[in-house]
Amino acid sequence: MSTAEPARVMTFAQALADAVDEVLDEDPRVTLFGARFTGHTPSARVMDPVLKKHAARIAWPPISELAYCGIAVGAAMAGMRPIVEMSTSTFSYEAIPQIVNEAGIISATSGGRVGAPVIFHMLYGIRGAGGPQHSGSPQPWYWNSPGLQVAMPSCAADVKGLLRWAALRSENPTLFMDHQLLMELEGPVPAGRHEVPFGSAEVKRPGRDVTIVATSIQVSRALEAAAVLAREGIEAEVVDPRTLEPLDRETIFGSIRRTGRVVVTDESFDRCGVAAGLAAIIADECFGDLHAPVRRVSIPPVPVPYAEALERALVPSAARIAAAVRSIVS
Amino acid sequence: MLPTANAVRLLRTMLRIRRLEERCVHFAEAGGDLIRAHYHLGIGQEAAATGACAALAPSDRVFTAHRNHGHVLAKGGDPGKILAEIIGRSGGYLGGRGGTFHVAAPDLGILHTSAIVGGCLPLAAGVAFATKKTRDQRVTLVFFGDGTMEEGVFTETINIAQLWKLPLIFYMENNSVSPQERAGRGSPTSENAASALSDVPRAFNLDTSLVDGTDVEAVHALVRGLAERVRRGEGPFFVESRTTRWPGNYGSFPKLVGGDTDIAWTWDGAAAPAAVRSWTADSDPIIRYAVRLLGTGTLDRDELRAIDAEVRAEIEAAAQWALASPPPAEEGALLHVYR
Repeated sequence: MSTAEPARVMTFAQALADAVDEVLDEDPRVTLFGARFTGHTPSARVMDPVLKKHAARIAWPPISELAYCGIAVGAAMAGMRPIVEMSTSTFSYEAIPQIVNEAGIISATSGGRVGAPVIFHMLYGIRGAGGPQHSGSPQPWYWNSPGLQVAMPSCAADVKGLLRWAALRSENPTLFMDHQLLMELEGPVPAGRHEVPFGSAEVKRPGRDVTIVATSIQVSRALEAAAVLAREGIEAEVVDPRTLEPLDRETIFGSIRRTGRVVVTDESFDRCGVAAGLAAIIADECFGDLHAPVRRVSIPPVPVPYAEALERALVPSAARIAAAVRSIVS
Repeated sequence: MLPTANAVRLLRTMLRIRRLEERCVHFAEAGGDLIRAHYHLGIGQEAAATGACAALAPSDRVFTAHRNHGHVLAKGGDPGKILAEIIGRSGGYLGGRGGTFHVAAPDLGILHTSAIVGGCLPLAAGVAFATKKTRDQRVTLVFFGDGTMEEGVFTETINIAQLWKLPLIFYMENNSVSPQERAGRGSPTSENAASALSDVPRAFNLDTSLVDGTDVEAVHALVRGLAERVRRGEGPFFVESRTTRWPGNYGSFPKLVGGDTDIAWTWDGAAAPAAVRSWTADSDPIIRYAVRLLGTGTLDRDELRAIDAEVRAEIEAAAQWALASPPPAEEGALLHVYR
């Protein structure tokens, strides 16, 4: 492997744009419904060359989420590999009947004879001035819907690898959730056709004292917390599931069995949220290995407010993660 | 006039659907666990399923809804596998995972059946989108009821289908039109503010046709013409197919208020029980077609009786096959959620 090209450092947005460009090049079945993957972020223009190059592969639907998500599902059933760019994740609520109640049941109902390999890409989370209707974190809903896969990349390499894998290899519908504030995050991306198979968690930072299971943007916050904790003599291991479904239980459980302590963090509501679900799985499977209760760092179930001061009160920050770790590592 | 063999085939398919759905009611009336919940029949709508599906090629795609039994059978479905699915047996088209609401047959071009009103409309448009993009010649036809036009997904889907010129036939079954109005203005019996339901697709500039949904030859001729135009790259098309509600259609628990249909009502309409007598004469697509075939001399009474006897025997055998099919193994509940 010594002949491998070196990784290139790029932004999350650039890696995402590269992935979209490559899958369109490599598979004629890939088709886009909408294509502004980087939203209104500072990286919005990163998509421009892709939009220009692949204009004939992009359908621009009217403001009809329910119908165009269903159309993408139907196209997938007929052999295409559509990627729907939904912009803000809350817009997907308009399409729940087609995403959850059609795409999610097609394989099971048909006994696996019919599939819908469609990707619903969306920008989720507290973005800054998103207010109550543009700051949503629906990952728990989709994770709680059988038949759907949920991907939550945390870095440039993973957004590229996961999107490539979903678009080219997956046979199932995928909710692909990017936190809007990740777009400008820089990181190394392996050269070549980098792919990350679903169901493979990654240890983002090794540590012996406590495991922090973190999704998406919470990985950045957990790494920041781990740096602070290291100065206090606490070595935190940060584990990123990368996909909630399929879930790489072994990597998560393996870390917890080594450290005996765990904090789970995700930017969705604490009530029936992703952190709650992971905490329950961990309690079921690792209780005997734990030296302290499972702690969660998520957000309270309130409509996300607009003002910066109010928003800040909700964000599951590095400081809150560090505090949760300290509460179980004496 | 159709060649005799074709006419007989249409009549036979309609009768097969009727006998299969009568059998569903017998299953339900038998109690026990054969049919454990509510279900929907298409009695009175056999001409639409039969005429439309006969006008399509085997490789064409059809989508349907909760009232699907006739559509699946007309598309080439095996009555034993349909009945087995309806009673939740392993031999059913979906191995008992779908039941009466979801009967589908991917191998016959019925990829997935949604029981949510309007659920299959965008899926059908998506299949049509894929066929257009890949220059596939296959036609996609989606059956749905008039109530679907109350759903937002209906308006969203016809708008996109028309904007993108999708090769798709929207086949709307308005199943509650009075006999007098079937050939006339039509009546929006669903809760819809439009004066006539077909005004709605016309407002979106969809090519819209009206057809008497009890006239199997009219349906067949219309859909055959539309399918040819779809293959030439035209579309989408909208059909309003008007039928008259069968008296046994009591909400979600149908009753055979006149007993099983007797093919002798073709020449002795007065013998039909009062509960169904006028409906049989004016609105039953099977008896009306049999009357026509008798009148033209295409068939005589003995031939009609013989066809009916063959169909009864076939459906009885299918029902016995379904009943003999074992329930699915419990472990199956967790399978196939992902591919």
